[in-house]
Amino acid sequence: MPVAGTFARSRSVWALVLIPGLWLVVLFLVPCLIILKISLSQTALAQPPYTPVFDWTGGWAGLKTFLSGLSVSNYVALANDTLYIASYLKSLQIAALATLMLLLIGYPIAYGIAQTKGRAQAFLVLLVILPFWTSFLIRIYAWITILQHDGLLNRALIGLRLIDAPVSWLASDTAIYIGLVYSYLPFMVLPLYATLQKLDPTLLEAAADLGARRWKAFWSITLPLSLPGAAAGALLCFIPIVGEFVVPDLLGGSETMMIGQTLWLEFFANRDWPIASAIAVVLLCLLVGPIALFDNLRARQLRSRS
Amino acid sequence: MRRLSGFNIASVAIGLAFLYLPITILVIYSFNDSRLVSVWGGFSLRWYVALIEDRDMLEAVRTSLAIALLSAALATLLGTCVALALARLGRFRGRTMLSAMTYAPLVMPEVITGLSLLLLFVAVNVDRGFWTVTIAHTTLTMCFVTIIVQARLVDMDQSIEEAAMDLGCPPLRTLLTVTVPMAAPAVISAFLLAFSLSLDDLVIASFTTGPGATTLPIRIYSEVRLGVKPEINAISTLMIATVAIAVVLASWVERSRGRNKLNETGKA
Repeated sequence: MPVAGTFARSRSVWALVLIPGLWLVVLFLVPCLIILKISLSQTALAQPPYTPVFDWTGGWAGLKTFLSGLSVSNYVALANDTLYIASYLKSLQIAALATLMLLLIGYPIAYGIAQTKGRAQAFLVLLVILPFWTSFLIRIYAWITILQHDGLLNRALIGLRLIDAPVSWLASDTAIYIGLVYSYLPFMVLPLYATLQKLDPTLLEAAADLGARRWKAFWSITLPLSLPGAAAGALLCFIPIVGEFVVPDLLGGSETMMIGQTLWLEFFANRDWPIASAIAVVLLCLLVGPIALFDNLRARQLRSRS
Repeated sequence: MRRLSGFNIASVAIGLAFLYLPITILVIYSFNDSRLVSVWGGFSLRWYVALIEDRDMLEAVRTSLAIALLSAALATLLGTCVALALARLGRFRGRTMLSAMTYAPLVMPEVITGLSLLLLFVAVNVDRGFWTVTIAHTTLTMCFVTIIVQARLVDMDQSIEEAAMDLGCPPLRTLLTVTVPMAAPAVISAFLLAFSLSLDDLVIASFTTGPGATTLPIRIYSEVRLGVKPEINAISTLMIATVAIAVVLASWVERSRGRNKLNETGKA
């Protein structure tokens, strides 16, 4: 770690940590605890729609009623309803498959960019980053125009006589995959490019001198050395895709929903906040592993840089 | 042995076409005279005119811009402080915790962040609307700011700061007059990123907003759910154009600065 600590001994600088630290505690840590609390309380027809489980004025007795008021009924409901389980499984499956597609599509792009030099390379990187700056929602919306029943894809395919009747692309898993790959591609390409670009070219020269063919050199040198970038890109895509809402909501069908949609529905349509909170807690538990892995990779990368 | 093969060129070209084709189509069809989005009915600006007359849409644009500006400014301030702390204060109590709280929101699914913030706002019983969305966006985007600025601070040569301190400059003043100006390019791009993330956010805003504070993405989303509309193409085109102009301007400023530097070193 870059623990130079140039300013470590000065008191006046410590104010730096205090305000943003407090901000994060109040607006990130505390809300996480509140979700946990509400996921353990009962649904009620009130505003807010759950029974208040903690009464600060109650003191010690209040703490006792608080503890006895907790119930795991929401989690029991989650575990017993196949709808929720199917929703979690579908999210994990879609995220895994989409991440795999992203790897297969993103790798050649990142590799190609890393082979170019100087200004061309900088320009290509800019071109990959640019869509990231335009609205996510707009980019998904653009696909509706293309994929809808009388949309451009069907017209093009009919025009080319590849199909006779329009195919319904929208409201299907295919559309979800297209939307996910499209919107997450920069997140996959950039970390891959970053590792491929740093690769020492003399290693490949040595391999060539020793008689290795190009694909053999790629297979035994480039690919293994680019694995950290691939892992970072994969996690950067997989984790948010599991909880994705916009893409499946606008492009997907209505049969099996992804968990982000289920949470949204429970919250906004059914106004069942405790169940929504329980869904969020379970989702977070599922993602703790990948998030820890990502954090580990990031820390290692920071260490290697300094 | 960096050699461009046909395969390399093809994969980059196809990848970029995939990234840009949908946006291009969207822009082209915003000038379509026909109401049917997939039939070309001739060039027209009628959807832009319709947009100007759409009061609700303009109100949403105004709300979104205000929230984005305010939250990006706050996030830049707070996020830069965290970055300075993580990169320059050495080991201190709570460093791991601060670092974790900075990186966790980045990968946290938006639905969870949105729901948890809403539950907090309900728990402390504040009126939801403009300010709650601003606070929520600040919380999310300050983490992005921290990452960008921290990366720059870690790469920066620290000997200049050390020299200033050796010459008797007090730490806080060194930080403000030496460290921060040196990190300024990263701080500016962090501000821009925070701004665009806030402008783009649908999920967190939907959870934390209240009556009277409809942001542009919320407005667009409610229209898009009902189907494709040419007016949406028009507003999207305007947003894309804004971003494109901003990026071109930024890279132009960067390049002319680079040229000035070259000139200066040439003279010296």
